[in-house]
Amino acid sequence: MNIKAFWRDVRFLQWLGQVIFIVLLALMAGYLYVNVAANLERQGLAVGYGFMKNPASFDIGESFIPYQAADSYRRALIVGLINTLVVSVLGVVLTTIVGVLAGIARLSSNWLVNKFAAAYVGVIRNTPLLIQLMFWYFGVIVQLPSPKQAVEIPGSIFLTNRGIYLPWAEATATFPAWRVYLLVALISIIVVRLLFQFIQRRSSLPMPFWWNIAYLLIPAVILWVGAVIQPEPPFKETIPELGGLNFKGGMRFTPEFIALLFGLVIYTGAFVAEIVRAGIQSVSKGQVEAARSLGLTTGQTLRLIVMPQALRVIIPPLTSQYLNLAKNSSLAIAIGYPDLFSIAGTVFNQTGAAIEIIVVMMLSYLSISLFTSLVMNIYNSRTRLVER
Amino acid sequence: MRKLFAITGILMIASLVLVACGGAAPSGGEPVVVKETVIVTVEVPGEAPTAAPPPAAGGERLQTVLDRGKVICGVHGSFQGFGYMDSAGAWSGFDVEFCRAWAAALFNDANAVEFRGLSAQARFTAVQTGEVDVLSRNSTWTWTRDTELGLTFGPVTFYDGQAIMARKDIVGDASAGLAALEGANVCVQSGTTTELNLADQFRAAGVNYTPVVFEDQNAAFQAYDEGRCDAITSDRSQLATQGQAVLKNYADHVILDVVMSKEPLAPAVAQGDDKWADVVHWVVYGMIQAEELGITSENVDSFLTSEDPVVRRLLGSEGELGAKLGLSNDFIYRAIKLVGNYGEVYDRNLGPFNLARGQNALWTDGGLMYAPPFR
Repeated sequence: MNIKAFWRDVRFLQWLGQVIFIVLLALMAGYLYVNVAANLERQGLAVGYGFMKNPASFDIGESFIPYQAADSYRRALIVGLINTLVVSVLGVVLTTIVGVLAGIARLSSNWLVNKFAAAYVGVIRNTPLLIQLMFWYFGVIVQLPSPKQAVEIPGSIFLTNRGIYLPWAEATATFPAWRVYLLVALISIIVVRLLFQFIQRRSSLPMPFWWNIAYLLIPAVILWVGAVIQPEPPFKETIPELGGLNFKGGMRFTPEFIALLFGLVIYTGAFVAEIVRAGIQSVSKGQVEAARSLGLTTGQTLRLIVMPQALRVIIPPLTSQYLNLAKNSSLAIAIGYPDLFSIAGTVFNQTGAAIEIIVVMMLSYLSISLFTSLVMNIYNSRTRLVER
Repeated sequence: MRKLFAITGILMIASLVLVACGGAAPSGGEPVVVKETVIVTVEVPGEAPTAAPPPAAGGERLQTVLDRGKVICGVHGSFQGFGYMDSAGAWSGFDVEFCRAWAAALFNDANAVEFRGLSAQARFTAVQTGEVDVLSRNSTWTWTRDTELGLTFGPVTFYDGQAIMARKDIVGDASAGLAALEGANVCVQSGTTTELNLADQFRAAGVNYTPVVFEDQNAAFQAYDEGRCDAITSDRSQLATQGQAVLKNYADHVILDVVMSKEPLAPAVAQGDDKWADVVHWVVYGMIQAEELGITSENVDSFLTSEDPVVRRLLGSEGELGAKLGLSNDFIYRAIKLVGNYGEVYDRNLGPFNLARGQNALWTDGGLMYAPPFR
């Protein structure tokens, strides 16, 4: 029986500490709230989201959903959010590719490849992103010739200071019908994959390589059947052509979009490269040697032995880089890409609704980040080393 | 889920901190200035348990400025002709000179000014929160800004109008209408009335266009110069001055005759402090009046002995006009002596850009510059 005075009980003290912390936190929040309310009242400013349905009456340069000046502020903000999402999602995908390639190149025994990758990481990681964006936009993309003297890359790709134009597929009237065939073809690939896995589990022999043809053959048959039923193709090609001041037809990526995407990918890719390199180097050499002595090929060693172990080191810091990329996309305003931050800034300036707009922006970026974290955490828990 | 709430909570608090700081801690500047600023912006005795501000009966800002010994003036940071830092590191420009005139009137020292370069987006918040005493930054006087944003605008120092500049090889000459710009890309600065007028005018004319919006005016000009846009829109004065200062070959470009809006540019102060607003207004009127009377910084001393009662009242040799504002009676004299009259300020800053006086001439010359009587 060791009855201590309660103020010397560690458990009580820990509990007390937490209570004090929470009380202080609540007091601070209360103080801030009262201060904000007082400041707002003093300036005679009302807070509310009533303005959101008013017409925005400004135009937006590029939008993935229909938008015109007579639409509401809400729609303008959604346009901005989608623009941010598009650049972030594409950015994450491309960054992963660039980063992994550069990370592996950093470990290459080829002197040129190795040094080139080292120089890329060294230069890009150590200069501010804003300057890099300015460089890509004002220094590279806008310096391209005007549409009339466009640089043509074989395959009807045109580089101009008004954007990059590519031949593109345009949906035709039969596209809705074709969607069904495409879906069935996709499902068939998954079915084949599951079937092969089932067979492999039952047999110890490696699957003959030519069986892989099934992946192509079965969808091809389905699509051929589709073509017989519905002879009109689902897409038709549109090729950019010079008309008036600009090109018409094809797919156009604006200089702002390209510069932002390029800048973000190159910048974040350098960080990802280092993360990938560190991840691969964290796998002990013995693992590789053991794999090789078991007769696994180089590809198999990387795919089956090194990568699964490297991934658990790579994923957590990679998540932060993805988050950084999404948040850094708000620098778009410097080079004229209408992202959420840029459009919210205009709305704020026109309505004077500073608090409301800042809350909208913070919640938007917060949701994007939390969603990214969630997905990456799920992926992380699946790649974690299973310990028994 | 709990974690999510915690994170959201922390962020919300952070946002409140940001907002709360608006009134309590302007960024930059010495702490002393900050403290003074707090007291001044308060117009209603706060019911909050926070700072206990004295009931303000107006005139607080003037006293604060006098105590501080200098005027904090919000200006454009990089707009040649209106507000920029010259190659010697000194602030200069049309808007900047008015800041100097206020300083001269208050302190008999044209350099008793602390300049704050403000972006188009930050400028009004800076006035609302009291970070600057007065905003002299080519800002258009509009209904929304005067009412909803809680500002009081001063006399118009420059009557401007939105215009559009394009390459000669696209539009021909200045007489071309907006229709010549069908399908064009137009560079524009964000956070300005310009952006709205652009949308309105092109919509009214039924002309399709694509805006390319930049936060920084210089970035917009650079993008236009490199051929990213077919046209650039801004206030006429800005197109002329920036165009000559920035574009590689100004002769290749033309400002269309189309007038897209009225842009009366005026200084602004926070609403609710009439005394300070009066000081700001009447110094500007004094400079206009001085031009009308032919009083310049060169000859102002010779007018001190003038028998003309209008001149005597203006320069403070007679009457108590300054004292009624809480200033020295010769406050206009100081502004004229140290800075100059309206015409001098105009010629000194905008003369090099060959910007005709136009609507900014005195009313006696057919313009709109007109000062109420000093009596």
